[in-house]
Amino acid sequence: MSFNSVWFILIAILWIGYFILEGFDFGVGILLKVVAKNQAERRAVLTTLGPLWDGNEVWLLVAGGATFAAFPEWYATLFSGFYLPLFLILISLIVRGVAFEYRSKYGKAEWRSRWDNAIVIASFIPALLWGVAFANIVRGVPLEKSATGAIEYAGGFFNLLNPYALLGGLTTLSLFVTHGAFFLALKTEGDIRVRSNAIGIKMGLVTAVLAVSFLGWTLASLTSKASVVTGSLVVVISWLAALAANYKGREGWAFLFSAITTALVVITLFLALYPNVMPNITAGGPGLDIFNASSTQYTLKVMTVVAVVMTPLVLIYQGWTYWVFRKRINPNQIAKPESGVLDSINS
Amino acid sequence: MCLRSKQLQVRNCTSKELELCIAVRGKLKVRDRRVPMNALDLARWQFAITTVYHFIFVPITIGSGFLVAGLQTAWYRTNKEKYLRATKFFGKLFLINFAIGVVTGIVQEFQFGMNWSSYSRFVGDIFGAPLAMEGLLAFFLESTFLGLWIFGWDRLSKRAHLATIWIAAIGTLLSAYFILAANAFMQHPVGYEYNPETGRAELKSIVALLTQNTAVSAFFHTIPSAFLTAGALFAGVAGWMILKGRDVEVARPVMKTGMIVVVISFLLVGVTGDWSARIMTEQQPMKMAAAEALYDTKASAPFSLFTVGTLDGSKAVYQIAIPSVLSFMSTGDFNGTVEGINDLQKAYEEKYGAGDYTPNIPIAYWSFRLMIGFGGLAALFALMTLWYMRKGGIPQNKFYLRSMIALPFLPILANSFGWIFTESARQPWVVFGLFKTADGVSPGVSAGSVLFTMITFTLLYGVLAVIEFGLMVRTIKVGTDMSPVQTGESKTLTMAY
Repeated sequence: MSFNSVWFILIAILWIGYFILEGFDFGVGILLKVVAKNQAERRAVLTTLGPLWDGNEVWLLVAGGATFAAFPEWYATLFSGFYLPLFLILISLIVRGVAFEYRSKYGKAEWRSRWDNAIVIASFIPALLWGVAFANIVRGVPLEKSATGAIEYAGGFFNLLNPYALLGGLTTLSLFVTHGAFFLALKTEGDIRVRSNAIGIKMGLVTAVLAVSFLGWTLASLTSKASVVTGSLVVVISWLAALAANYKGREGWAFLFSAITTALVVITLFLALYPNVMPNITAGGPGLDIFNASSTQYTLKVMTVVAVVMTPLVLIYQGWTYWVFRKRINPNQIAKPESGVLDSINS
Repeated sequence: MCLRSKQLQVRNCTSKELELCIAVRGKLKVRDRRVPMNALDLARWQFAITTVYHFIFVPITIGSGFLVAGLQTAWYRTNKEKYLRATKFFGKLFLINFAIGVVTGIVQEFQFGMNWSSYSRFVGDIFGAPLAMEGLLAFFLESTFLGLWIFGWDRLSKRAHLATIWIAAIGTLLSAYFILAANAFMQHPVGYEYNPETGRAELKSIVALLTQNTAVSAFFHTIPSAFLTAGALFAGVAGWMILKGRDVEVARPVMKTGMIVVVISFLLVGVTGDWSARIMTEQQPMKMAAAEALYDTKASAPFSLFTVGTLDGSKAVYQIAIPSVLSFMSTGDFNGTVEGINDLQKAYEEKYGAGDYTPNIPIAYWSFRLMIGFGGLAALFALMTLWYMRKGGIPQNKFYLRSMIALPFLPILANSFGWIFTESARQPWVVFGLFKTADGVSPGVSAGSVLFTMITFTLLYGVLAVIEFGLMVRTIKVGTDMSPVQTGESKTLTMAY
């Protein structure tokens, strides 16, 4: 296998890691006000993410950095082309991160409810837009060769908001919400757990409909590769397993299968894409693939060594974090939920 | 000198200079006809704003990480409660600051692709590697172990918990190294070959890229600056605590340690700054000439402390200059010859073709002095305080303690000016001698888009700065937690969001 294919796989793995991990982060953020009714519950929900969200987000930074290193042309065309959606995602991630860290510093209701709204909105936007972005990549976008020979995005912002891409966005949004609900059902005790389970049932069915339509559309009009057909089938089976597990109250299995489904969705999309990384929507037009978008063999080789050594290590210590914080959180474990550490000045 | 002056006065020009003036004027007119701000200028402003802002928080994070780890180690070793109080209190300040550093760092990772796609294509083969390594080796380490540290007080053994903060701190060092190595390539490209077929620079040696002296010296210049910044922050906060009579048991040792950190760091910053200056003179002589606004090549060149008047190479109205110091800074020899801007401009024209190779001189000249000045001022303040404290004393003077509140801002300003100097005095190049900033901008991104995102980032960053500063001040006012340490099983979580 060429280094180009290896890096195509590694980039896919980084996005898989990102969507599994920050996927449930987004879901939890979106559901914050729905599953948690009082301060103790809100804080219990946020505490499930507390030690994890930042490490989860690093998967995105590494996916970005690795794309820069391995496929600079893809990195350049994608991020200068999908300019406004990416900008909205960045703004959301900034606001969300700060909101997690600062929200419970004060007890003031106004302060907290503002940050809560920020968390909901700033989780919703990227959960939707990542789907829109990836659907567009798979569908193909208008591309043209510039005078310098670079393949540049030639569409506008509204080209990205086509029905297929919007359906892709709704699919990731709904998938992440359900994935988040399964996570909360697994990580909390009491009412939050019950509510999350119920939401998981409803949103799970919505996701099933959306995902089947999206994958069906992909197969009907974009590609009929056998691998994509197989991928889509396995996605559906895995998702049904997740729903069944959730229905039976087997929370660990439900979360595991929703994680696997997320991975399978990414795999299916990358299979549909291969060997392209950014195809042209007009057949025969210039497009980017793993060869014309890539770095030199030397750089790919160096980066392969780094990735092969470091990624397992990262998985080990990140896995350990999840182990350390494996206990369920109960709202009654939150001491003085109504107040914040900065409320009163000692003297 | 007619060429340098903004008004392009033609009065004192020789005929050859006159020709040049007319040529430059013609060029300016072409520029003037364009929109006042184009996508290039806006993308540069956006990079400057987001990067300078991000780097307010980065040195505080790097330095404070280690200082907090030190405090916790003191608690681990001695079991004295005051060190635990100090760890938790300064840990809070560290984390408030870290949050903004993290989220503004996300923008940095993607900004190259968004606004500088041509640059990304040109250097991606080289520049992407250290960036990806930074993520894989450093960001994961920092984020994961900091998460463990924040929430792990009651979940980990005392020893394991102490290890998490040290690992997170080491992560910040690794991160600094990789990003400085990437930046060093922009200052002094090595380990690459230009491929005329693809029109891209290609990596030939990762070892050369990661170990070149530009990267190493920048690392050893930046890290002590980070310690200086954190030392000043801790000492400044301790000063306020003493002023208000809060937890003096904590404030005293922290003030002393902070001030010692400032002084030692300043010495290291000086030594490595001197080293960096020599490397810079060798690799980017124009930058050193710009730092002194030295137009004509000189032996035993003086270093001016400040200049009143214009810096366009015409007569300075008033200047205080120390003889031969510039020569020593650049070459290590008081009699060394320092090349001037005019000669370098001519040499570059011959080498790279017609064009203006001179950076913005007033920015270079003043940012260089402000960097040294603010850093030096902080060190002086620290030295004075240590003198006060030499026999177990403590500063009592209210005015002195109040002015200590300003101390943390001095190194922050020094850091900013240092980077403004480094990056602006490399212009017109983005990769020195290889690729110009003007060629790096994204061709497909409109000025309107860049303007919109720039305004939004600036507003958001402004709001976050106000919130962050408010939380820092409030945390300091709330002070250390004097309630007795809980022992035994507790039903409630020690840490919850």
